[in-house]
Amino acid sequence: MKDNIVIIGGGIAGMEAAHQLLLLGYKPILVEKSDHLGGHVADWHKLFPDMSPAKDAVRDLAEKIKEANIFLETEVSFINRLKNGYNVMFTNGVNVICKAILLATGFELFEASKKEEYGYGIYNQVMTNSDLERWFNTRKDKRLDGKDIRKVGFVHCVGSRDIKAGNPQCSKVCCITAIKQAMEVKEFFPDAEVYCFYMDLRLFGKKYEDFYIKAQMESGVHFIRGRVSEVSENINGQVIVKTEDTLSGKPAKITLDLLVLMSGIVCNQQAVKTASMVQVQTDSDGFLKSKDNILNIIETGSKGVFLAGTATGPKTVPETVAEARAAALAIHNYLVSLQ
Amino acid sequence: MMDFGFSISPSSTLNLDKVDLTLYDRLCDIEPDAKKCMACGSCTATCTSGPWTGMSVRRVILGIQRGKEKEAAGMLKGCMLCGKCTMVCPRGINTRHLILSLCRIYEEEGK
Repeated sequence: MKDNIVIIGGGIAGMEAAHQLLLLGYKPILVEKSDHLGGHVADWHKLFPDMSPAKDAVRDLAEKIKEANIFLETEVSFINRLKNGYNVMFTNGVNVICKAILLATGFELFEASKKEEYGYGIYNQVMTNSDLERWFNTRKDKRLDGKDIRKVGFVHCVGSRDIKAGNPQCSKVCCITAIKQAMEVKEFFPDAEVYCFYMDLRLFGKKYEDFYIKAQMESGVHFIRGRVSEVSENINGQVIVKTEDTLSGKPAKITLDLLVLMSGIVCNQQAVKTASMVQVQTDSDGFLKSKDNILNIIETGSKGVFLAGTATGPKTVPETVAEARAAALAIHNYLVSLQ
Repeated sequence: MMDFGFSISPSSTLNLDKVDLTLYDRLCDIEPDAKKCMACGSCTATCTSGPWTGMSVRRVILGIQRGKEKEAAGMLKGCMLCGKCTMVCPRGINTRHLILSLCRIYEEEGK
């Protein structure tokens, strides 16, 4: 089959879609702006709920798409609409005429420094969920190396469920990520006390509630219900966290050696730009707009343009992979319908 | 001292750095399920004596987690050991047994 398909984004959504399209007999073109495949997952250490290494998942997918045309460190310069397809120009100078485009453009993590009251980039002992995953992988971070870590806090909903930060939506995967990371931190520092500051624990997925019980029973993680309001630093370089312990109905404060901010999932602004080239708008939540949010999340209002993964909102890895497969099938059906 | 007509009220802030968890740790040794509480409040809602005595298993557990031993002990006095809280607990905590264990610890410590 010689119909060209362009997949924009080489994260797990783009990779899985490419894999399925290869199985269907197509030779998709996959473009990725960074120098490696796997997107955010490639930077992660272990994946819930099985705690399998993220690099294995990325490696397995990469193995399956060797036959695809993959352009790394490449972006889309412009897209022109043709009568029955699109003309896509890449920054590497390649020009492709294709019938279908898959926007697998993913997400960005909320920039934690925007919540100035949490002190990211201001106080030394404040890091984000992604910084912590990087430390799990590299074991290099000045906030942790050689430090006596006795008390660690996790702040849920950083830049999520926050209208003032521009993100009213729940970022969905941070609750389980915080619990996963709290348990991992406890493994590295068995004597440390670990606290999670949450509003609700939204543990919707397979085995997530089991994680919560395990964190309580085996890891002894303390769960304090209340959104952190402000963070300051003491003369020893520790951070002082203020929150309301809403279960007690009293304001509370605690001194910590490390504070981890669970930055939420927000729409990739570059993706919004690319999507606008093919007349795909953003929905009221800031993510890319599907044709229909119930039965047709894969299709867009533009003919031949499809969506997969976190471009349309926060998602887990298995949800993203399932959507990528659905997108591959939707593209196949679309191309068949054109014949 | 001169009376200026006002007094100092103590801060209601919970200082989590200074919470004494000795009692909580002891309770968890005997009743590990105490750690399982997710503060849903089913026990409080169903408590036969709660509306009249202030008894609330959820708040007893929370009180001990926050080092408020006296408040927890005060609430325990209202319990009639009917066991309805055990019946409704979604996490399967044997709250009735937990209350008895806690009373035993209090008794041993002469509190």
